[in-house]
Amino acid sequence: MRISPGQLLAFFGRRLAYSAVVLFGVLVLVFLIVQLVPGDPIRLALGTRYTQEAYDALLHASGLDKPLGQQFISYVGNALTGDLGVSFRTGEPVTELLMQRLPATISLAVVGIVIALVISIPAGIWSALHEGKVSDGIIRITSQFGVSIPDFWMGMLLILLFSTTWGLLPSSGYVPMSEDVVGWLERVILPGLTVGLVAAAIMTRYIRGAVLEVAAMSYVRTARSKGLAGSVVVRRHILRNALIPVLTIAGIQFATILGGVIVVEVVFAWPGLGRLVYESVAARDYSMIQGSVLLIAVMFLLVNLVVDVLYAVVDPRIRLS
Amino acid sequence: MSEPREEVLAATEIEERFGTAPVDHSLEAPGRMSAVRLLGSNPVTVASAIVLAVVVLLALLAPWVAPYGINEVDVANALQPPSGEHWFGTDDLGRDVFSRVIVAARVSLQVALISVTFAFVVGVTIGLISGYVGRFLDTVLMRIVDVMFAFPVLLLALAIVAILQPGMATTMLAIGIVYTPIFARVARASTLSVRNEPYVQVSRTMGTPARTIIGRHVLPNITGPLIVQTSLSLAFAILSEAALSFLGLGIQPPAPSWGGMLFNAQGFLSQAWWMSVFPGAAIFVTVLAFNLIGDGLRDVLDPKQRTLIEARRKR
Repeated sequence: MRISPGQLLAFFGRRLAYSAVVLFGVLVLVFLIVQLVPGDPIRLALGTRYTQEAYDALLHASGLDKPLGQQFISYVGNALTGDLGVSFRTGEPVTELLMQRLPATISLAVVGIVIALVISIPAGIWSALHEGKVSDGIIRITSQFGVSIPDFWMGMLLILLFSTTWGLLPSSGYVPMSEDVVGWLERVILPGLTVGLVAAAIMTRYIRGAVLEVAAMSYVRTARSKGLAGSVVVRRHILRNALIPVLTIAGIQFATILGGVIVVEVVFAWPGLGRLVYESVAARDYSMIQGSVLLIAVMFLLVNLVVDVLYAVVDPRIRLS
Repeated sequence: MSEPREEVLAATEIEERFGTAPVDHSLEAPGRMSAVRLLGSNPVTVASAIVLAVVVLLALLAPWVAPYGINEVDVANALQPPSGEHWFGTDDLGRDVFSRVIVAARVSLQVALISVTFAFVVGVTIGLISGYVGRFLDTVLMRIVDVMFAFPVLLLALAIVAILQPGMATTMLAIGIVYTPIFARVARASTLSVRNEPYVQVSRTMGTPARTIIGRHVLPNITGPLIVQTSLSLAFAILSEAALSFLGLGIQPPAPSWGGMLFNAQGFLSQAWWMSVFPGAAIFVTVLAFNLIGDGLRDVLDPKQRTLIEARRKR
């Protein structure tokens, strides 16, 4: 089946418009965070000891003294141009602080997703192709363990084993890769494993399901009944078609790790976005909270958009539906 | 060739002719029986149910079962390893870890139950309306759900905690709100698939009000996926509560919570492994039981549902 470039463009257009609608909703929600605080968010952020001048300056800088509609318009306008205001606590630009944290989070997410893929793809495929056998049972139970374990507890156990008991790896901290590759690697292993193993468990279950679903399709039965070798059927008919759901789950997991490993970053004192979110919530630094929540949601949307576009490139059936 | 039939049919006759609605009680009873029997034949599900029953029982009886008071400080006996006297050891203030773990079970289960009930009621209502009414309302409601899905679960929960004050009520509300969209999606998807069934269409052409159709035809037919989702959501709600409490933004001390105990244990990793191992194991076992029961339920009630949704909601 040939797809015209027009159809492809139309699909991308629709998908982009959808993302724009969701992005607008995200902006509304993030804007509302400060508005919904019962009481005065600036007073809450400043704590008990502050001068009237400091209060007025922050009130003015945050724009909270303007009418609501005007606030929203300028918030959206500024956010779209990358200006997320200044921190209620330090007065530094939010965007700058976020960008400082981004590399640590991205490097952790990449390590985590690589570990997850390396484990889950073979495990999931093996499990599905050996459905009902002992090895399938072991993989299923192990993956259920991984889904049920609290990630921060697993992080603590890893620290307990690898650093306090055996003294093999540092328990926490971060060194940028550009400064010291070995130091970075030593410190990224434990948080990377924590994040990766949990993601691997989730992905294994999903990949197993995807492969099983394809294996039950009638075209697979046809391929087998026309006498194709088992390995050819698996490679050409089952795995190729199961690739698409695998792509989805990998994308979703990557996005989730990118924006969601708050607790793991706290356990390992990893100076990423997640820990920044935690610190700003604890400090009631509302502009920081808004900024980091917005950035994470936007990254989430972007990864999903990329996955969907890749999908359409890989599988023509999706563009038409 | 049969003659064209033009007689007016009674409601029951219509149902007979166009396929009986699955709420027919003579059919329902054996169906349920076999579902229970199927569940009972799965040893993993049975074992999980027993484990869960023990956890629930311990939680309910915690005040009577706990050998020590949860805030009974005994500094002379601080950081004692597990022994006959203190099964799970003592913490940095000499408090009995075992007693705290079982009392915390009560808190965790309570938070999970209330927040998932909230998510269920609100989410299913939204999903039913969205799926049944369709059109513009569906579009608006589903875009709102999409927006909520753009945030990782814990991030959204943290944002809610940041707006309100940390505490038990906020924790329950935050987790409840976070898990609402998933119920809305599950309910909507199931409603859509039931909405165009012949027996629903017939009912509609007969002028049955929408409320009755939803209550009598749609709701009973979407319970399978919803029951499965409830079990899985309880597992995730416990994980979320533990994470929030671990960050100090969920259940506030002196009330014990598994997450809070783990936070406290962090400073004593090298001196007192028992402080971190037992509360964590309690979370793990409880969540595992809910997940395995959810799996077992899915095999019986909703075999076609895929794990994507579940995968999406872990963190």
